[in-house]
Amino acid sequence: MDTTAPRTLDPPLLRRTGRLLLRALSLGACVAAWQWAATHHVDLGLVTFQNVPSPGDVYDAAAALLESPRLVLHLKASVGRVFAGFAAAGVAGIVLGLVIGRSRLLEDVLLPPLEMLRPIPAVAWIPLAILMFPSSELSMVFITFIGALFPILLGTIHGAEGADPRLVASSRSLGAGRWTIFTEVILPAAAPNIVTGLSIGMGTAWFCLVTAEMISGQFGIGYYTWAAYTIQNYPDIVVGMLLIGVIGMGSSALVKKLGDLAMPWHHMQRTKR
Amino acid sequence: MNQTTRFERAQLAQGGAIEIDRLGVRLGAGAQAFDAVQDVSLAIAPGEFVCVLGPSGCGKSTLLGALAGHWTPSRGSIRVDGAPVAGPHPDRGLVFQQHTLFPWKKVLDNVAFGLKMQGVGRRERRERARELLGLVGLAGFEDRYPVQLSGGMQQRVEIARVLINHPRVMLMDEPFGALDAQTRLKMQELLLDVWTRVNTTIVFITHDIDEALFLADRILVMSPRPGRIIDDIRLDFERPRHPDLMTSHHFTRLKRHCLDLLHPQASITPLARLSPLGPP
Repeated sequence: MDTTAPRTLDPPLLRRTGRLLLRALSLGACVAAWQWAATHHVDLGLVTFQNVPSPGDVYDAAAALLESPRLVLHLKASVGRVFAGFAAAGVAGIVLGLVIGRSRLLEDVLLPPLEMLRPIPAVAWIPLAILMFPSSELSMVFITFIGALFPILLGTIHGAEGADPRLVASSRSLGAGRWTIFTEVILPAAAPNIVTGLSIGMGTAWFCLVTAEMISGQFGIGYYTWAAYTIQNYPDIVVGMLLIGVIGMGSSALVKKLGDLAMPWHHMQRTKR
Repeated sequence: MNQTTRFERAQLAQGGAIEIDRLGVRLGAGAQAFDAVQDVSLAIAPGEFVCVLGPSGCGKSTLLGALAGHWTPSRGSIRVDGAPVAGPHPDRGLVFQQHTLFPWKKVLDNVAFGLKMQGVGRRERRERARELLGLVGLAGFEDRYPVQLSGGMQQRVEIARVLINHPRVMLMDEPFGALDAQTRLKMQELLLDVWTRVNTTIVFITHDIDEALFLADRILVMSPRPGRIIDDIRLDFERPRHPDLMTSHHFTRLKRHCLDLLHPQASITPLARLSPLGPP
Protein backbone atom coordinates (compact mmCIF):
# COMPACT_ATOMS: atom_id res chain seq x y z
CA MET A 1 0.00 0.00 0.00
CA ASP A 2 1.22 3.46 -0.84
CA THR A 3 1.33 5.35 2.45
CA THR A 4 2.93 8.46 0.98
CA ALA A 5 -0.19 9.42 -1.00
CA PRO A 6 -1.98 12.48 0.35
CA ARG A 7 -5.03 11.49 2.37
CA THR A 8 -7.44 13.91 0.76
CA LEU A 9 -7.23 12.16 -2.61
CA ASP A 10 -9.07 8.87 -2.75
CA PRO A 11 -7.01 6.67 -5.15
CA PRO A 12 -9.93 4.64 -6.61
CA LEU A 13 -11.88 7.82 -7.26
CA LEU A 14 -8.85 9.39 -8.89
CA ARG A 15 -8.37 6.33 -11.09
CA ARG A 16 -12.02 6.40 -12.12
CA THR A 17 -11.92 10.09 -13.05
CA GLY A 18 -8.73 9.44 -14.97
CA ARG A 19 -10.35 6.67 -17.03
CA LEU A 20 -13.43 8.81 -17.67
CA LEU A 21 -11.22 11.65 -18.86
CA LEU A 22 -9.33 9.31 -21.18
CA ARG A 23 -12.57 8.08 -22.72
CA ALA A 24 -13.82 11.63 -23.28
CA LEU A 25 -10.47 12.55 -24.87
CA SER A 26 -10.68 9.55 -27.18
CA LEU A 27 -14.15 10.60 -28.35
CA GLY A 28 -12.91 14.17 -28.84
CA ALA A 29 -9.91 12.97 -30.85
CA CYS A 30 -12.19 10.98 -33.16
CA VAL A 31 -14.36 14.03 -33.80
CA ALA A 32 -11.25 16.13 -34.43
CA ALA A 33 -9.89 13.60 -36.93
CA TRP A 34 -13.26 13.52 -38.66
CA GLN A 35 -13.31 17.34 -38.82
CA TRP A 36 -9.83 17.43 -40.26
CA ALA A 37 -10.50 14.73 -42.86
CA ALA A 38 -13.80 16.30 -43.93
CA THR A 39 -12.55 19.87 -44.27
CA HIS A 40 -9.40 18.78 -46.20
CA HIS A 41 -11.43 16.42 -48.41
CA VAL A 42 -8.94 13.68 -47.72
CA ASP A 43 -8.80 11.05 -50.43
CA LEU A 44 -7.11 7.80 -49.42
CA GLY A 45 -7.97 6.03 -52.66
CA LEU A 46 -9.96 3.25 -51.07
CA VAL A 47 -11.80 5.60 -48.73
CA THR A 48 -12.60 9.16 -49.62
CA PHE A 49 -13.95 11.98 -47.50
CA GLN A 50 -14.80 14.11 -50.56
CA ASN A 51 -18.53 14.22 -49.85
CA VAL A 52 -18.57 13.41 -46.14
CA PRO A 53 -20.17 16.22 -44.11
CA SER A 54 -17.98 17.75 -41.43
CA PRO A 55 -18.86 17.74 -37.72
CA GLY A 56 -19.74 21.40 -38.06
CA ASP A 57 -22.28 20.70 -40.81
CA VAL A 58 -23.73 17.87 -38.77
CA TYR A 59 -23.95 20.11 -35.72
CA ASP A 60 -25.87 22.72 -37.69
CA ALA A 61 -28.19 20.07 -39.10
CA ALA A 62 -28.75 18.65 -35.63
CA ALA A 63 -29.51 22.12 -34.23
CA ALA A 64 -32.02 22.69 -37.02
CA LEU A 65 -33.71 19.34 -36.28
CA LEU A 66 -33.76 20.06 -32.54
CA GLU A 67 -35.60 23.32 -33.15
CA SER A 68 -38.02 21.81 -35.61
CA PRO A 69 -41.36 20.53 -34.25
CA ARG A 70 -40.88 17.44 -36.41
CA LEU A 71 -38.26 15.95 -34.06
CA VAL A 72 -40.87 14.97 -31.47
CA LEU A 73 -43.00 13.39 -34.19
CA HIS A 74 -40.02 11.45 -35.54
CA LEU A 75 -39.06 10.25 -32.08
CA LYS A 76 -42.61 9.31 -31.14
CA ALA A 77 -43.09 7.25 -34.29
CA SER A 78 -39.78 5.40 -33.95
CA VAL A 79 -39.96 4.77 -30.22
CA GLY A 80 -43.50 3.43 -30.64
CA ARG A 81 -42.44 1.00 -33.38
CA VAL A 82 -39.32 -0.20 -31.63
CA PHE A 83 -41.10 -0.75 -28.33
CA ALA A 84 -44.03 -2.55 -29.96
CA GLY A 85 -41.66 -4.87 -31.84
CA PHE A 86 -39.47 -5.31 -28.77
CA ALA A 87 -42.41 -6.11 -26.50
CA ALA A 88 -43.77 -8.71 -28.94
CA ALA A 89 -40.29 -10.21 -29.33
CA GLY A 90 -39.90 -10.26 -25.54
CA VAL A 91 -43.09 -12.25 -25.02
CA ALA A 92 -42.47 -14.61 -27.95
CA GLY A 93 -38.76 -15.05 -27.22
CA ILE A 94 -39.19 -15.77 -23.51
CA VAL A 95 -42.12 -18.17 -23.92
CA LEU A 96 -40.51 -20.05 -26.83
CA GLY A 97 -37.12 -20.04 -25.14
CA LEU A 98 -38.46 -21.50 -21.90
CA VAL A 99 -40.30 -24.38 -23.57
CA ILE A 100 -37.44 -25.07 -26.01
CA GLY A 101 -34.95 -25.01 -23.17
CA ARG A 102 -36.91 -27.46 -21.04
CA SER A 103 -38.46 -29.92 -23.50
CA ARG A 104 -36.53 -32.06 -25.92
CA LEU A 105 -39.63 -32.69 -28.01
CA LEU A 106 -40.43 -29.00 -28.40
CA GLU A 107 -36.78 -28.26 -29.08
CA ASP A 108 -36.86 -30.72 -31.99
CA VAL A 109 -40.12 -29.31 -33.29
CA LEU A 110 -39.51 -25.57 -32.87
CA LEU A 111 -35.79 -24.95 -33.03
CA PRO A 112 -34.90 -26.05 -36.62
CA PRO A 113 -37.24 -23.57 -38.37
CA LEU A 114 -36.18 -20.80 -36.01
CA GLU A 115 -32.50 -21.56 -36.57
CA MET A 116 -33.12 -21.37 -40.31
CA LEU A 117 -34.82 -17.98 -40.05
CA ARG A 118 -32.17 -16.56 -37.76
CA PRO A 119 -29.43 -15.72 -40.31
CA ILE A 120 -31.86 -13.91 -42.64
CA PRO A 121 -31.14 -10.18 -42.36
CA ALA A 122 -33.99 -7.81 -41.57
CA VAL A 123 -33.68 -6.05 -44.93
CA ALA A 124 -34.47 -9.32 -46.74
CA TRP A 125 -37.77 -9.49 -44.86
CA ILE A 126 -39.07 -6.22 -46.33
CA PRO A 127 -40.98 -7.60 -49.34
CA LEU A 128 -42.58 -10.41 -47.35
CA ALA A 129 -43.37 -8.05 -44.48
CA ILE A 130 -45.23 -5.80 -46.89
CA LEU A 131 -47.13 -8.75 -48.34
CA MET A 132 -47.96 -10.38 -45.03
CA PHE A 133 -49.33 -7.47 -43.03
CA PRO A 134 -52.38 -5.35 -43.72
CA SER A 135 -50.74 -2.02 -42.85
CA SER A 136 -47.26 -0.68 -43.41
CA GLU A 137 -47.17 0.27 -39.73
CA LEU A 138 -47.48 -3.41 -38.78
CA SER A 139 -44.86 -4.37 -41.36
CA MET A 140 -42.42 -1.96 -39.77
CA VAL A 141 -43.15 -3.27 -36.27
CA PHE A 142 -42.59 -6.78 -37.64
CA ILE A 143 -39.10 -5.85 -38.88
CA THR A 144 -38.06 -4.55 -35.45
CA PHE A 145 -39.65 -7.68 -33.94
CA ILE A 146 -37.43 -9.85 -36.16
CA GLY A 147 -34.43 -7.82 -35.08
CA ALA A 148 -35.12 -8.23 -31.36
CA LEU A 149 -36.42 -11.81 -31.32
CA PHE A 150 -33.31 -13.94 -31.71
CA PRO A 151 -31.07 -12.50 -29.00
CA ILE A 152 -33.97 -12.81 -26.54
CA LEU A 153 -34.81 -16.33 -27.69
CA LEU A 154 -31.24 -17.59 -27.49
CA GLY A 155 -30.61 -15.94 -24.11
CA THR A 156 -33.74 -17.54 -22.68
CA ILE A 157 -32.92 -21.01 -24.07
CA HIS A 158 -29.45 -20.78 -22.61
CA GLY A 159 -30.79 -19.71 -19.23
CA ALA A 160 -33.54 -22.33 -19.10
CA GLU A 161 -31.15 -25.13 -20.06
CA GLY A 162 -28.68 -24.01 -17.42
CA ALA A 163 -31.13 -24.11 -14.50
CA ASP A 164 -29.46 -26.14 -11.73
CA PRO A 165 -31.01 -29.66 -11.66
CA ARG A 166 -30.51 -29.76 -7.89
CA LEU A 167 -32.75 -26.71 -7.51
CA VAL A 168 -35.40 -28.48 -9.57
CA ALA A 169 -35.02 -31.65 -7.49
CA SER A 170 -35.26 -29.64 -4.25
CA SER A 171 -38.39 -27.85 -5.39
CA ARG A 172 -40.04 -31.14 -6.34
CA SER A 173 -39.25 -32.58 -2.92
CA LEU A 174 -40.78 -29.46 -1.38
CA GLY A 175 -44.03 -30.09 -3.22
CA ALA A 176 -43.69 -28.08 -6.45
CA GLY A 177 -45.65 -29.38 -9.45
CA ARG A 178 -44.80 -29.15 -13.14
CA TRP A 179 -46.20 -25.67 -13.65
CA THR A 180 -44.86 -24.20 -10.40
CA ILE A 181 -41.38 -25.51 -11.21
CA PHE A 182 -41.57 -23.33 -14.33
CA THR A 183 -42.70 -20.19 -12.58
CA GLU A 184 -40.80 -20.62 -9.30
CA VAL A 185 -37.52 -22.17 -10.45
CA ILE A 186 -36.85 -22.19 -14.21
CA LEU A 187 -37.96 -18.63 -14.90
CA PRO A 188 -36.01 -16.95 -12.08
CA ALA A 189 -32.98 -19.18 -12.75
CA ALA A 190 -33.02 -18.08 -16.39
CA ALA A 191 -33.70 -14.43 -15.51
CA PRO A 192 -30.09 -13.16 -15.70
CA ASN A 193 -29.68 -14.62 -19.19
CA ILE A 194 -33.10 -13.33 -20.22
CA VAL A 195 -32.14 -9.80 -19.17
CA THR A 196 -28.92 -10.02 -21.17
CA GLY A 197 -30.94 -11.21 -24.17
CA LEU A 198 -33.46 -8.40 -23.72
CA SER A 199 -30.71 -5.82 -23.50
CA ILE A 200 -29.03 -7.05 -26.68
CA GLY A 201 -32.44 -7.41 -28.34
CA MET A 202 -33.26 -3.81 -27.55
CA GLY A 203 -30.06 -2.78 -29.32
CA THR A 204 -30.75 -4.92 -32.39
CA ALA A 205 -34.33 -3.60 -32.61
CA TRP A 206 -32.91 -0.09 -33.04
CA PHE A 207 -30.32 -1.53 -35.37
CA CYS A 208 -33.16 -2.60 -37.69
CA LEU A 209 -35.03 0.70 -37.47
CA VAL A 210 -33.78 2.26 -40.71
CA THR A 211 -34.57 -1.00 -42.50
CA ALA A 212 -38.09 -1.00 -41.05
CA GLU A 213 -38.79 2.63 -41.86
CA MET A 214 -37.55 2.22 -45.42
CA ILE A 215 -40.91 0.53 -46.02
CA SER A 216 -42.85 3.74 -45.95
CA GLY A 217 -43.81 6.51 -43.64
CA GLN A 218 -43.79 10.11 -42.94
CA PHE A 219 -42.22 10.14 -39.51
CA GLY A 220 -39.52 8.16 -37.76
CA ILE A 221 -35.81 8.62 -37.27
CA GLY A 222 -35.05 5.77 -39.65
CA TYR A 223 -37.36 7.34 -42.24
CA TYR A 224 -35.69 10.71 -41.67
CA THR A 225 -32.27 9.15 -42.29
CA TRP A 226 -33.40 7.25 -45.38
CA ALA A 227 -35.22 10.30 -46.80
CA ALA A 228 -32.11 12.42 -46.27
CA TYR A 229 -30.15 9.91 -48.30
CA THR A 230 -32.66 9.90 -51.19
CA ILE A 231 -32.56 13.70 -51.40
CA GLN A 232 -28.77 13.76 -50.86
CA ASN A 233 -28.93 15.81 -47.67
CA TYR A 234 -25.76 14.30 -46.19
CA PRO A 235 -25.49 16.09 -42.81
CA ASP A 236 -29.02 14.90 -41.95
CA ILE A 237 -27.98 11.28 -42.60
CA VAL A 238 -25.27 11.54 -39.96
CA VAL A 239 -27.66 13.24 -37.53
CA GLY A 240 -30.08 10.33 -37.97
CA MET A 241 -27.31 7.78 -37.51
CA LEU A 242 -26.05 9.41 -34.33
CA LEU A 243 -29.58 9.77 -32.95
CA ILE A 244 -30.28 6.06 -33.45
CA GLY A 245 -26.92 5.16 -31.90
CA VAL A 246 -27.48 7.26 -28.81
CA ILE A 247 -31.10 6.21 -28.24
CA GLY A 248 -30.28 2.55 -28.92
CA MET A 249 -27.42 2.59 -26.46
CA GLY A 250 -29.51 4.40 -23.85
CA SER A 251 -32.51 2.08 -24.06
CA SER A 252 -30.29 -0.97 -24.02
CA ALA A 253 -28.59 0.30 -20.86
CA LEU A 254 -32.02 1.06 -19.38
CA VAL A 255 -33.10 -2.56 -19.86
CA LYS A 256 -29.93 -3.76 -18.17
CA LYS A 257 -30.44 -1.34 -15.28
CA LEU A 258 -34.07 -2.39 -14.77
CA GLY A 259 -32.90 -6.01 -14.78
CA ASP A 260 -30.33 -5.29 -12.08
CA LEU A 261 -32.96 -3.55 -9.96
CA ALA A 262 -35.27 -6.55 -10.30
CA MET A 263 -32.50 -9.03 -9.41
CA PRO A 264 -30.53 -7.66 -6.45
CA TRP A 265 -29.47 -11.22 -5.57
CA HIS A 266 -27.73 -11.65 -8.92
CA HIS A 267 -25.66 -8.54 -8.45
CA MET A 268 -24.60 -9.75 -4.97
CA GLN A 269 -23.53 -13.13 -6.37
CA ARG A 270 -21.42 -11.48 -9.03
CA THR A 271 -19.66 -9.12 -6.65
CA LYS A 272 -18.96 -11.95 -4.20
CA ARG A 273 -17.13 -14.03 -6.78
CA MET B 1 -34.74 -22.10 22.06
CA ASN B 2 -36.09 -24.18 24.93
CA GLN B 3 -39.65 -22.93 24.73
CA THR B 4 -42.15 -25.16 23.04
CA THR B 5 -43.04 -23.44 19.77
CA ARG B 6 -46.30 -23.66 17.95
CA PHE B 7 -44.41 -25.61 15.32
CA GLU B 8 -43.59 -28.37 17.78
CA ARG B 9 -47.11 -28.55 19.17
CA ALA B 10 -48.45 -28.77 15.63
CA GLN B 11 -46.17 -31.72 14.96
CA LEU B 12 -48.81 -34.43 15.11
CA ALA B 13 -47.34 -36.73 12.50
CA GLN B 14 -45.03 -39.48 13.72
CA GLY B 15 -41.77 -40.34 12.03
CA GLY B 16 -42.18 -42.67 9.09
CA ALA B 17 -41.23 -46.34 8.94
CA ILE B 18 -39.11 -47.27 5.93
CA GLU B 19 -38.97 -50.72 4.36
CA ILE B 20 -36.61 -51.38 1.50
CA ASP B 21 -36.85 -54.78 -0.11
CA ARG B 22 -34.12 -56.09 -2.46
CA LEU B 23 -33.71 -52.67 -4.02
CA GLY B 24 -31.67 -52.25 -7.19
CA VAL B 25 -31.13 -48.93 -8.98
CA ARG B 26 -29.64 -48.83 -12.46
CA LEU B 27 -28.36 -45.47 -13.70
CA GLY B 28 -27.30 -44.28 -17.14
CA ALA B 29 -28.55 -45.47 -20.50
CA GLY B 30 -27.46 -48.08 -23.03
CA ALA B 31 -23.86 -49.25 -22.81
CA GLN B 32 -23.07 -46.74 -20.06
CA ALA B 33 -25.70 -48.16 -17.71
CA PHE B 34 -24.44 -49.50 -14.39
CA ASP B 35 -25.88 -50.76 -11.12
CA ALA B 36 -25.45 -47.97 -8.59
CA VAL B 37 -27.27 -49.88 -5.87
CA GLN B 38 -27.65 -53.65 -5.76
CA ASP B 39 -29.83 -55.87 -3.63
CA VAL B 40 -30.29 -53.60 -0.62
CA SER B 41 -32.83 -54.68 1.98
CA LEU B 42 -33.40 -52.87 5.24
CA ALA B 43 -36.03 -51.66 7.65
CA ILE B 44 -35.90 -48.38 9.56
CA ALA B 45 -38.15 -47.82 12.58
CA PRO B 46 -40.22 -44.64 13.01
CA GLY B 47 -38.20 -41.82 14.53
CA GLU B 48 -34.88 -43.59 14.12
CA PHE B 49 -31.72 -41.67 13.22
CA VAL B 50 -29.83 -43.77 10.69
CA CYS B 51 -26.51 -42.88 9.10
CA VAL B 52 -25.46 -44.53 5.87
CA LEU B 53 -21.67 -44.67 5.79
CA GLY B 54 -19.68 -45.56 2.74
CA PRO B 55 -16.76 -44.58 0.49
CA SER B 56 -17.46 -41.96 -2.16
CA GLY B 57 -19.08 -43.35 -5.28
CA CYS B 58 -20.57 -46.35 -3.48
CA GLY B 59 -24.13 -45.45 -4.40
CA LYS B 60 -25.25 -44.07 -1.06
CA SER B 61 -26.52 -40.86 -2.66
CA THR B 62 -28.38 -42.95 -5.23
CA LEU B 63 -30.03 -44.89 -2.41
CA LEU B 64 -31.14 -41.60 -0.90
CA GLY B 65 -32.32 -40.30 -4.28
CA ALA B 66 -34.43 -43.42 -4.68
CA LEU B 67 -35.90 -42.89 -1.20
CA ALA B 68 -36.70 -39.29 -2.13
CA GLY B 69 -38.44 -40.52 -5.28
CA HIS B 70 -36.03 -38.95 -7.77
CA TRP B 71 -34.79 -42.33 -9.05
CA THR B 72 -37.07 -45.19 -10.01
CA PRO B 73 -35.94 -48.60 -8.71
CA SER B 74 -35.04 -51.09 -11.41
CA ARG B 75 -35.71 -53.92 -8.96
CA GLY B 76 -37.28 -54.35 -5.55
CA SER B 77 -39.41 -51.83 -3.68
CA ILE B 78 -39.33 -48.93 -1.23
CA ARG B 79 -42.21 -48.36 1.15
CA VAL B 80 -42.73 -45.57 3.64
CA ASP B 81 -45.42 -46.35 6.20
CA GLY B 82 -46.59 -49.15 3.94
CA ALA B 83 -47.13 -46.99 0.85
CA PRO B 84 -44.78 -47.46 -2.11
CA VAL B 85 -42.63 -44.44 -3.03
CA ALA B 86 -43.92 -43.16 -6.38
CA GLY B 87 -42.13 -39.82 -6.71
CA PRO B 88 -40.92 -36.83 -4.71
CA HIS B 89 -43.21 -35.76 -1.88
CA PRO B 90 -42.95 -33.13 0.87
CA ASP B 91 -43.38 -35.98 3.40
CA ARG B 92 -39.84 -36.98 2.49
CA GLY B 93 -37.76 -33.82 2.84
CA LEU B 94 -34.39 -33.73 1.10
CA VAL B 95 -31.34 -31.74 2.20
CA PHE B 96 -28.33 -31.53 -0.12
CA GLN B 97 -24.75 -30.59 0.61
CA GLN B 98 -24.92 -26.98 -0.55
CA HIS B 99 -26.25 -24.41 -2.99
CA THR B 100 -29.79 -25.66 -3.26
CA LEU B 101 -31.48 -22.68 -1.66
CA PHE B 102 -33.24 -20.51 -4.24
CA PRO B 103 -30.71 -17.68 -4.69
CA TRP B 104 -33.46 -15.28 -5.83
CA LYS B 105 -35.58 -15.69 -2.71
CA LYS B 106 -34.88 -14.12 0.66
CA VAL B 107 -34.24 -16.50 3.53
CA LEU B 108 -37.79 -16.19 4.85
CA ASP B 109 -39.33 -16.95 1.46
CA ASN B 110 -37.00 -19.90 0.96
CA VAL B 111 -38.24 -21.41 4.21
CA ALA B 112 -41.86 -20.58 3.37
CA PHE B 113 -41.63 -22.21 -0.08
CA GLY B 114 -43.17 -25.54 0.98
CA LEU B 115 -46.19 -23.76 2.46
CA LYS B 116 -46.58 -21.69 -0.68
CA MET B 117 -46.78 -24.92 -2.66
CA GLN B 118 -49.56 -26.05 -0.32
CA GLY B 119 -51.44 -22.84 -1.02
CA VAL B 120 -51.02 -21.33 2.46
CA GLY B 121 -51.58 -17.56 2.46
CA ARG B 122 -48.61 -15.22 2.41
CA ARG B 123 -49.14 -13.82 5.88
CA GLU B 124 -49.48 -17.18 7.60
CA ARG B 125 -46.63 -18.87 5.78
CA ARG B 126 -44.24 -16.03 6.57
CA GLU B 127 -45.23 -16.20 10.21
CA ARG B 128 -44.60 -19.93 10.38
CA ALA B 129 -41.32 -19.59 8.50
CA ARG B 130 -40.21 -16.98 11.02
CA GLU B 131 -40.91 -19.46 13.82
CA LEU B 132 -38.81 -22.16 12.16
CA LEU B 133 -35.93 -19.79 11.57
CA GLY B 134 -35.99 -19.19 15.32
CA LEU B 135 -35.84 -22.95 15.89
CA VAL B 136 -32.60 -23.24 13.89
CA GLY B 137 -31.12 -20.11 15.49
CA LEU B 138 -31.46 -17.74 12.55
CA ALA B 139 -33.88 -15.16 13.94
CA GLY B 140 -32.96 -11.77 12.48
CA PHE B 141 -31.73 -13.11 9.13
CA GLU B 142 -35.15 -13.29 7.46
CA ASP B 143 -34.49 -10.61 4.86
CA ARG B 144 -31.05 -11.73 3.73
CA TYR B 145 -30.42 -13.48 0.46
CA PRO B 146 -28.72 -16.91 0.67
CA VAL B 147 -25.52 -15.52 -0.88
CA GLN B 148 -25.21 -13.19 2.13
CA LEU B 149 -25.04 -16.10 4.58
CA SER B 150 -22.13 -18.33 5.60
CA GLY B 151 -22.14 -22.00 4.61
CA GLY B 152 -23.34 -23.13 8.05
CA MET B 153 -26.16 -20.61 8.06
CA GLN B 154 -27.25 -21.72 4.60
CA GLN B 155 -27.51 -25.31 5.85
CA ARG B 156 -29.65 -24.12 8.78
CA VAL B 157 -31.99 -22.51 6.26
CA GLU B 158 -32.07 -25.77 4.26
CA ILE B 159 -33.08 -27.69 7.37
CA ALA B 160 -35.78 -25.16 8.27
CA ARG B 161 -37.09 -25.20 4.71
CA VAL B 162 -37.56 -28.98 4.85
CA LEU B 163 -38.95 -29.04 8.40
CA ILE B 164 -41.74 -26.60 7.61
CA ASN B 165 -43.49 -29.41 5.70
CA HIS B 166 -43.53 -31.62 8.85
CA PRO B 167 -41.79 -34.42 6.94
CA ARG B 168 -42.15 -37.94 8.27
CA VAL B 169 -38.72 -38.72 6.88
CA MET B 170 -35.79 -36.35 6.49
CA LEU B 171 -33.22 -37.40 3.89
CA MET B 172 -29.85 -35.71 4.24
CA ASP B 173 -27.13 -36.10 1.62
CA GLU B 174 -23.83 -35.17 3.27
CA PRO B 175 -25.45 -31.95 4.47
CA PHE B 176 -22.39 -30.76 6.40
CA GLY B 177 -19.75 -32.07 3.99
CA ALA B 178 -18.76 -28.62 2.72
CA LEU B 179 -18.40 -27.00 6.15
CA ASP B 180 -15.25 -26.49 8.18
CA ALA B 181 -14.71 -28.78 11.18
CA GLN B 182 -15.82 -26.22 13.80
CA THR B 183 -19.02 -25.32 12.02
CA ARG B 184 -19.75 -28.96 11.23
CA LEU B 185 -19.65 -29.92 14.91
CA LYS B 186 -21.96 -27.05 15.77
CA MET B 187 -24.38 -28.10 13.05
CA GLN B 188 -24.32 -31.71 14.25
CA GLU B 189 -25.30 -30.58 17.75
CA LEU B 190 -28.01 -28.34 16.30
CA LEU B 191 -29.41 -31.18 14.23
CA LEU B 192 -29.58 -33.48 17.25
CA ASP B 193 -31.29 -30.75 19.22
CA VAL B 194 -33.83 -30.13 16.48
CA TRP B 195 -34.41 -33.86 16.02
CA THR B 196 -35.41 -34.26 19.67
CA ARG B 197 -38.14 -31.65 19.11
CA VAL B 198 -39.62 -33.03 15.90
CA ASN B 199 -40.82 -36.58 15.42
CA THR B 200 -39.09 -37.46 12.23
CA THR B 201 -37.06 -40.35 10.92
CA ILE B 202 -33.67 -39.25 9.62
CA VAL B 203 -31.59 -41.00 6.97
CA PHE B 204 -28.24 -39.25 6.89
CA ILE B 205 -25.59 -39.97 4.25
CA THR B 206 -21.96 -39.37 5.13
CA HIS B 207 -18.45 -40.62 4.54
CA ASP B 208 -17.27 -39.15 7.84
CA ILE B 209 -17.06 -41.92 10.46
CA ASP B 210 -16.96 -39.52 13.44
CA GLU B 211 -20.08 -37.79 12.18
CA ALA B 212 -21.96 -41.07 11.77
CA LEU B 213 -20.96 -42.33 15.22
CA PHE B 214 -21.83 -39.05 16.91
CA LEU B 215 -25.26 -38.65 15.35
CA ALA B 216 -26.83 -42.02 14.69
CA ASP B 217 -28.88 -44.63 16.48
CA ARG B 218 -27.74 -47.00 13.84
CA ILE B 219 -25.07 -47.02 11.12
CA LEU B 220 -25.47 -48.88 7.85
CA VAL B 221 -22.09 -49.41 6.19
CA MET B 222 -22.04 -49.72 2.41
CA SER B 223 -19.46 -51.45 0.22
CA PRO B 224 -17.88 -49.81 -2.85
CA ARG B 225 -19.91 -49.92 -6.05
CA PRO B 226 -22.29 -51.58 -6.62
CA GLY B 227 -23.39 -50.56 -3.15
CA ARG B 228 -24.63 -53.18 -0.73
CA ILE B 229 -25.06 -53.00 3.01
CA ILE B 230 -22.12 -54.82 4.59
CA ASP B 231 -22.77 -54.01 8.25
CA ASP B 232 -25.55 -52.76 10.48
CA ILE B 233 -24.19 -51.26 13.70
CA ARG B 234 -26.49 -50.23 16.57
CA LEU B 235 -25.16 -47.43 18.78
CA ASP B 236 -26.31 -47.22 22.36
CA PHE B 237 -24.54 -44.00 23.38
CA GLU B 238 -26.67 -41.99 25.76
CA ARG B 239 -28.58 -38.95 24.52
CA PRO B 240 -28.28 -36.01 24.64
CA ARG B 241 -24.81 -36.49 23.25
CA HIS B 242 -21.86 -34.24 23.87
CA PRO B 243 -18.71 -33.84 21.75
CA ASP B 244 -16.75 -35.41 24.66
CA LEU B 245 -18.23 -38.68 23.47
CA MET B 246 -15.84 -38.66 20.53
CA THR B 247 -12.86 -39.31 22.77
CA SER B 248 -14.42 -42.16 24.75
CA HIS B 249 -12.99 -45.64 24.57
CA HIS B 250 -16.16 -47.23 23.23
CA PHE B 251 -16.37 -44.60 20.49
CA THR B 252 -12.81 -45.10 19.26
CA ARG B 253 -13.25 -48.87 19.24
CA LEU B 254 -16.29 -48.54 17.01
CA LYS B 255 -14.42 -46.08 14.85
CA ARG B 256 -11.65 -48.63 14.38
CA HIS B 257 -14.27 -51.17 13.37
CA CYS B 258 -15.76 -48.79 10.78
CA LEU B 259 -12.31 -47.95 9.42
CA ASP B 260 -11.61 -51.64 8.95
CA LEU B 261 -14.85 -52.01 7.02
CA LEU B 262 -14.20 -49.02 4.80
CA HIS B 263 -10.48 -49.64 4.26
CA PRO B 264 -10.02 -53.42 4.55
CA GLN B 265 -6.38 -53.17 3.49
CA ALA B 266 -5.60 -51.21 6.64
CA SER B 267 -6.03 -54.36 8.72
CA ILE B 268 -3.88 -56.58 6.52
CA THR B 269 -0.56 -55.47 7.98
CA PRO B 270 -1.22 -54.41 11.57
CA LEU B 271 1.51 -52.51 13.37
CA ALA B 272 3.52 -54.54 15.84
CA ARG B 273 1.98 -54.28 19.29
CA LEU B 274 4.16 -52.20 21.57
CA SER B 275 4.19 -53.30 25.15
CA PRO B 276 6.43 -52.39 28.10
CA LEU B 277 6.96 -56.13 28.50
CA GLY B 278 8.49 -56.44 25.08
CA PRO B 279 7.18 -58.44 22.14
CA PRO B 280 4.85 -61.29 23.04
